[in-house]
Amino acid sequence: MTTTLPAPAPRDDGPAARPGVTKGIRPTWTGRLRVRAVKALPPDKLLPDTQPAYVASWIYVFGALTLAAFAVVVLSGAVIALKGPAWWHVSSIGLFFNSMHLWSTELFFFFMVVHLWGKFFMAAWRGRRRATWVTGVLAFAASIATAFTGYLSQQNFDSEWISTQAKDGINATGAGAFWNVLNFGQMLMWHIVLLPAVVGLFIGVHVLLVRRRGVVPPFADDRAGGPAAAAASVAGPGVGQGAPAAGLFEEHTPSSRETAQ
Amino acid sequence: MPALVAALINLSHPGRYVHWGFIQLSVANLVVIALMILVFVLAIALPFPHGKRARR
Repeated sequence: MTTTLPAPAPRDDGPAARPGVTKGIRPTWTGRLRVRAVKALPPDKLLPDTQPAYVASWIYVFGALTLAAFAVVVLSGAVIALKGPAWWHVSSIGLFFNSMHLWSTELFFFFMVVHLWGKFFMAAWRGRRRATWVTGVLAFAASIATAFTGYLSQQNFDSEWISTQAKDGINATGAGAFWNVLNFGQMLMWHIVLLPAVVGLFIGVHVLLVRRRGVVPPFADDRAGGPAAAAASVAGPGVGQGAPAAGLFEEHTPSSRETAQ
Repeated sequence: MPALVAALINLSHPGRYVHWGFIQLSVANLVVIALMILVFVLAIALPFPHGKRARR
């Protein structure tokens, strides 16, 4: 009878042994930037192949669903940009892409709100994740502005009605002097250039921060104070349902920073 | 064929709204909010499928 031993875990000699984190590096800004980037986000953190056991719950899926919807929003918007905002009025293909743009936006906000509720009730800013939470809030706010300028770019009576109603609200804030919702060209540029860039930037930083700090553990994991208790309480098919960790999911060992919270 | 791809609900009429004091909400938005709450509850309650155990 032969016994198959599991392969040894890859050895990690600490940050100094990782590529790019070496002493005696030449004092160039690119070298320093590389050292800082690799130190903050080593490859195994940037593209992990396992997740903590508590991530095995549907509530943790909605961040990725939001990203998927955002990709469809950007791609369908890019196709519409090739032909112009009036394309969908005169072409069935244009109408198809306009509808795809609308419904992917609806799903984007739908998934993002469920993601927001889940993270709010988990208090996802715990364990030095304040910046992750804040960048998510900023991405949400910028998304609302992007969607609003999208409504103004429809080139129909709906956009005309929304812009004439919104101008009074915007003027009341004092922003109407430089942000004129009746200026179609300005609103279109905000919608297809500036605001998508801002949303994409906040989403990118948000995702990198999730990679750096990790996904927030459930409250039970924080209170347990150790991996054994944490695995027993949170490794189940849903949050709080006990079952062994399996597949891509592994037991979570709270960091000293998390347990100190 | 157009009938197959048309909206399930006839949308060619003015929107319907509900009023609670100073709160005014379209029925369409109310349906979306109800769906989000339903999906949120299901996401917490439904078990998550597990794959094969990881070999390490």
